Amino acid sequence: MLLHTVNKSPFERHSLQSCLRFAQAGSSILLLEDGIYAAIQGTQFQPLLQEALNDKKVYALLPDLQARGLPSEKIIEGITLVDYGDFVDLVASHSATQAWL
Amino acid sequence: MSIEINGQTIETDEEGYLTNLGDWNEDIAKVLAEQDELELTSNHWEVINFLREYYDEYQIAPAVRVLTKAIGKKLGPDKGNSKYLYDLFPYGPAKQACRFAGLPKPTGCV
Amino acid sequence: MSDEDMMDDEAGGGVVKKFLYVNRKAPYGTIYALESLEVVLIGAAFDQDVSLAFIDDGVYQLTKGQQTDGIGMKNFSPTYRALEMYDVEKLYVDQDSLTARGLNAEDLIVPVEVLNTTQMAELMETQDVVFSF
Repeated sequence: MLLHTVNKSPFERHSLQSCLRFAQAGSSILLLEDGIYAAIQGTQFQPLLQEALNDKKVYALLPDLQARGLPSEKIIEGITLVDYGDFVDLVASHSATQAWL
Repeated sequence: MSIEINGQTIETDEEGYLTNLGDWNEDIAKVLAEQDELELTSNHWEVINFLREYYDEYQIAPAVRVLTKAIGKKLGPDKGNSKYLYDLFPYGPAKQACRFAGLPKPTGCV
Repeated sequence: MSDEDMMDDEAGGGVVKKFLYVNRKAPYGTIYALESLEVVLIGAAFDQDVSLAFIDDGVYQLTKGQQTDGIGMKNFSPTYRALEMYDVEKLYVDQDSLTARGLNAEDLIVPVEVLNTTQMAELMETQDVVFSF
């Protein structure tokens, strides 16, 4: 299955919505850089993310969260926090990577 | 870089391709060919003119295999083959002929 | 790549992989569209199984009637019509992206296959390599 990555804020770009439209059940989504704002509880995108979590894995890159001063307790439940090493493992364990720029 | 033609200075890149497509004229092609010790025959001109038309239509200088195929389609198999085209343009039918034609270097060639 | 190398590409043999180029940006505001097109043209020398997808603003790359003289940039839209000669024949466009922009396949400069979301998602999942622009 594909690994989808989203590195843009959902408030600025449409990348997250496009990603969620095309990501198939069983695929994985990694939020990184400004993409991590979608992983925070209480935004207008929380329902979208929660729906995605029903049949996909969702990850968020911890160093990008920390850099932006976002506490990990504020992450939507079900999203897995990962570091750069995990990022590499995710790329290696999926068939290909689709970057939603 | 630049070349002098009939007292005019024409700008080129470091590999001799014209900077501005619009600067081109037939005299420039002749001078560039002389620098490569080639005299342009009607067979050369056929390819050069083909390339200019191709560029006009597609905004791209074709890669050599695309050029060979396209020449074959338009001018027949006698001309649409590498031997014929390399005999005309020993430094490569795409690279050298594009330079004479005032086009940029074909995408994909270094 | 020299001319000769490019002639030898068919002799290279090797495994043919499925490459998908996903284009999601409009043509002139950023360099993504032109870069993608150049990578496709260069990559075409390697005889792989290439597909192009146009999603979101990427569909604007293919619209007819582009005239760039006034902005001093090269109009590269005619080059999409040359892709067929590079054996790049599979161009897919997302239906919803067209509809959202008030476009349909007749507004595009090349013949394409219009896919719905499920078909596009399946196309993506069957690739060995995805290049995103």
